[in-house]
This record gives sequence, C-alpha cells and structure tokens, in this order.
Amino acid sequence: MASSTPASDIRLGGGRRPPSDASPQGGLRGQSPRSNVATSGEGRIRGSSLWRDGARRLLRNRLAVAGGSVIVLLCLIAIFADVLAPLPYTKTNFGRLNETPSRDYPLGTDQLGRDLLSRMIYGARVSMLVGLGAQVIVVLIGVPIGALSGYLGGRADLVLTRFVDVMYAFPRLLFVILVMSMLGAGLTNIFIAIGLTGWVGIARQTRAQVLAIKEKEFVDGARALGAGFGRLLTRHILPNALTPIVVAVTFGIPEAIFTEAALSFIGVGINPPTPSWGQMVGEGQQYIRSYWHLCVFPSIAIAVTMLSFTFFGDGVRDALDPKLK
Amino acid sequence: MFHYVLSRVLWLPPTLLAMALVTFLVMHATPGSPLDPVAEGANPLSPEAQKNLAKYYGLDRPLYEQFGIFVSKAVRGDFGNSFVYKTRSVREILVETFPVSLLLGSMALVFAIVGGLTLGILAAIYQNRGWDYLSVSLATVGVALPNFVLAVFLIILFSFVLPLFPTGGWDSPRNWVLPTVALALAPMGIIARFTRASMLEVIRADYTLTARAKGLGEVPVIFKHALKNAFIPVVTLLGPMFAAVGTGSFFVESIFRVPGMGRFFVLSMTGRDYPMIMAVVLTYGAFLAIMNLVVDLLYGVLDPRIRY
Repeated sequence: MASSTPASDIRLGGGRRPPSDASPQGGLRGQSPRSNVATSGEGRIRGSSLWRDGARRLLRNRLAVAGGSVIVLLCLIAIFADVLAPLPYTKTNFGRLNETPSRDYPLGTDQLGRDLLSRMIYGARVSMLVGLGAQVIVVLIGVPIGALSGYLGGRADLVLTRFVDVMYAFPRLLFVILVMSMLGAGLTNIFIAIGLTGWVGIARQTRAQVLAIKEKEFVDGARALGAGFGRLLTRHILPNALTPIVVAVTFGIPEAIFTEAALSFIGVGINPPTPSWGQMVGEGQQYIRSYWHLCVFPSIAIAVTMLSFTFFGDGVRDALDPKLK
Repeated sequence: MFHYVLSRVLWLPPTLLAMALVTFLVMHATPGSPLDPVAEGANPLSPEAQKNLAKYYGLDRPLYEQFGIFVSKAVRGDFGNSFVYKTRSVREILVETFPVSLLLGSMALVFAIVGGLTLGILAAIYQNRGWDYLSVSLATVGVALPNFVLAVFLIILFSFVLPLFPTGGWDSPRNWVLPTVALALAPMGIIARFTRASMLEVIRADYTLTARAKGLGEVPVIFKHALKNAFIPVVTLLGPMFAAVGTGSFFVESIFRVPGMGRFFVLSMTGRDYPMIMAVVLTYGAFLAIMNLVVDLLYGVLDPRIRY
C-alpha cells in the first residue's frame, strides 16, 4: 500500500503548477543555494504545493471535514473537562445507584452512583491523551530506527528487519497486554506499552521510503556537493518520505485509542477511579441485562471517536496521495 | 514448489522458538512473580513457602536451564501444570477450550468471507449507487469499531430491541449467532473493501470486455471471469485475518460468556501463570504460522503465474 509508492512520484501531480507559488516550506528541502541546485528548483515548488494541494483536497472531502470537526470537539472536551463536567468524576451518590437517564443525571448513574456524563467527559481526556501522546513516542522511536536501517543497509538493516518480522508474528494486542500486566496499570505505562509495540509499523514504513529515495538522483547530487550523512538524511531524504509517515500516524491514533480502550476493558489499562471509556464498557457490560445505559453510552463515545478518526484518516490519505484511493 | 514448502516448514520451528524465547524473557524480566500473588485478597506467602514452591516448579534454576526444560517438554506436548488452576495441566485446559474457540473462529471466518465477498462484489457492480454505499459503510463500521463495542450494540439490537437471540452462553446454535457476527464484522469489512477495489479493477480489464463482447451474460462474466481474478489479492488477507479473529476472541468470548480459550490470553498474563502464557502464545503462534503457510500455498494454486 503506501509503502510501495515512493513519495517523489506522488509529488509529480503537483509539479505541473506554475512555479510562482513557492512557499516557506520549500526551504525545508534546500537550505543553502547550493543544495537548491542539487534538489532542483522544481522540487521545492512541488514540495510546497503538495501540502497545499493536500489541504485543499482534504477540505473538499465532507466526511473528512466532519470527522475532523468531531476530533476538534473531542479535544476541546478533553481540555475543558473540568469546566464542562457537571460533577466531579469521583462524586458518589449512594442513594441513586444505576439510575437510567434523568433530569439530574442526563446519562444516568453508575454502580457507585457517579454521574455517567461527567465520567464520560473525563474519559475523553484519557482517550485523546493516549491517542496523540502514544503517537509521539511511536514516531520518536520508529522514524529514526527505520531511517537509519534503510539508509545504512547491511547488517544493521538485517537485524532490524528480522526483529520486525518476529514482532509482527506476535499478536500485537497480546503483546501490549503482556507488557501492561507486567508493568501494572496506569497512563504512563500505557504510553510505554503502546510505544514499545507501535514503532515497528512506522519503522518499516520509513525504511521502505528511505530505501527508495536514497537511490534518487537528487540525493546523489546533494552527496556530490558535499552534504554529510546527517544532512542528507534529515534535509533531503526524510522530508520526501513524510507523506506515508503522516498517513501512518493518522491511522495510528485510533489504533492507540482502541488499544487503551481494550486494555481498560480488561482491567489492565487506566487505574480507577480515573474514568476511561473502555473501562466503563468493560464494567458496564457485566450488567447489560439490568442496566443497559452503563455500557451503551461509553460504547457510543468510542464508536463516534473511532469513526471520526477513520474518516479523517481516509481523507488525509486520499488528499496526500490521490493514487491510493 | 517442493523446495518452497520444505523451506517454509523448516522455518516454522525456529520462528516458534524465537517467539517462545521472547515471551519467556519478557515474562521473567518484568517485576512480579507467580510466587508472590498480586491478586486481590491473596495472602502473601512466607519466604520459606516461596522457596519450596520455586523448587517444586523449577523456578529456582537459572533461566537458560528453565527455558531448556520448557522446550524439551513442550516438543512432547507437555506444558506442565497451570499455576492458577493448580490441579489441572495446561494441556487439559487447552484440549477442552481450544475446540470451542476454533469453532467460533471458523464460523466467524466463513461468515466474514461469504459476507465480505458478497458485499464487495455488489459494491463493485453497483459502483456509486445504493449497494455500494451500504457495503462501504458496513465495511467502515466493521473495521473502525472495536469488537466489544460491536458486541454491545448487537446485544442491544438483537437481544433487547428485537429479542431474537440470547445475550450469552454456548449451549445451542442460537447462542452462536451473535458472537460469530461480532467477531466476523471486522474481517468482513476488510474483505469487502479489498474485493470491491480489486473487482473494480478487474471489471475494467480487457479480458472482461472480451468476455462481454463474445456475448456472455452478466452472471458468467462476473463469476467466471471477473471474480476468479479479483479473488487472488483477497486471499493474501486471510492469513492476518486469523490473527484478528484470534485476538478478538477474548472480548467477544467474555461478553457472550463463551467457554473458549480466549480468556486465557488475558487471565494467564494478569495471573502470572507462566506455563499457561507460554502455551497460549505458542498455540496461537503455531496456528497463525500454519494458516499463513496454507494461505501462501493456496495463492500459488489460484494464480498459476506465481511460482515458488
């Protein structure tokens, strides 16, 4: 899929535009006038219009815009949870347990008489934090390893690909559960567990890109002009490998959210009393026959979040790489 | 061909050994021990008792020795006794629960393949019309939603709103329906997506045009000429699909109270049940590897252009 398409080919579509709209982004690729020659003046303009074209295409995609808006809304809910939640998420009311939605409690109360709506609002915080935060770790580990292994080749590459193959043989969720049950529940440990397992995909992706790009003429040119190893990798190769990485990250976010929900469902994710949607579904589903609302509302929240990220991710992929549609 | 199969089969043991080693190391490297129960309400054991138990289970030996003993016993199908279910051997437990999971998984896969192909073909034939939108949205929902969320929705819809199926249990085929569907929706969505994409490509190919030009009706064109070729890329998906069905089973089995081995994936790990962890991971890994091999061979049978 994405890995098989070298990024430089993708940009050809944008290259037919008149070379007048050079944006500051082009500067990323060629810092000194000399390396501009090396990457060719055209390359800069193509690069700048790729992202602009992408944004335009993304905005035209209604599903993606809808998904994006829900994501922004969820982020706002997560940030302003303290203001939005009608009650603290730990506030119990033992006089009113397991109540169905009413005027006092719009989404009802749980087994301890806590307001479900408030708990769900705080749950958004956990989901967003895990979704975005874990991806930062995944990128920080995966991209350098993938880039180095693709660029250096040889033994380092061999070791990495072997290792990645073994990691792939493991069912990913099982591995995360294994790591979590050993580390213990908690938000930091979720980051660690997802980061430890998630970087493999991005590393593979980056490696494939770097392998394809390092053979291109502009890299040879830059090398001939005296660009060193670090400069070649960070200024010339990686910027061109960016699109598939961006796409992988957009799809990695819902995967991380799913992983957290699944872990908390099992009971090895977030520590109570901090609410998490997955944990609420996990606890609520045991009482589904008597108190349907306990697991239905958090399920809807997870469903809406996952769908929004999927629509947005599909949009980003189509916008950055129309060929993949 | 023979060489290919032989080399793939010969690669199986080293792969499984590597999996066993990684699992073993992670299991032992992390804090916590089966001798020092972390479960709620468990009494801490005295140091002497811990020492005795360690000796009994061979946990006092150096790690490489423990691993060696494990491997030499495992090749004979002996995984030892479960630390948690102390009176039962791991093998006994697996023999009892694995068939249940296998039945559930197979039903889910069959349902996923049949449903996914149907949806994918309909979507491709009626591109950008009703069937297409229906199948693409079903596929998206199936892929995007975690199966425990799907399970909750299915129970609400088909047990409460329309009381057609029971909410759980495994006694009669009526109990099998909802777990199968919950487990099947994700792979079904993936199959539908891929079938649609590859059908769209094939429908526009020259040989389809030729088939139409020589006067064949719509049904033979689609099923004899198009589907046969469109099916090839879909087959590659089936390998990883076993993984999705396998790991998904924990959630579905626990929500629908299915007595399969899915729960041991999780319980063995949270309970530090070392023999169980190893057995479960390896059973799963071996199953996955064999299925991948079968799928790869099937691929060669379906597409004569592929030579190994």
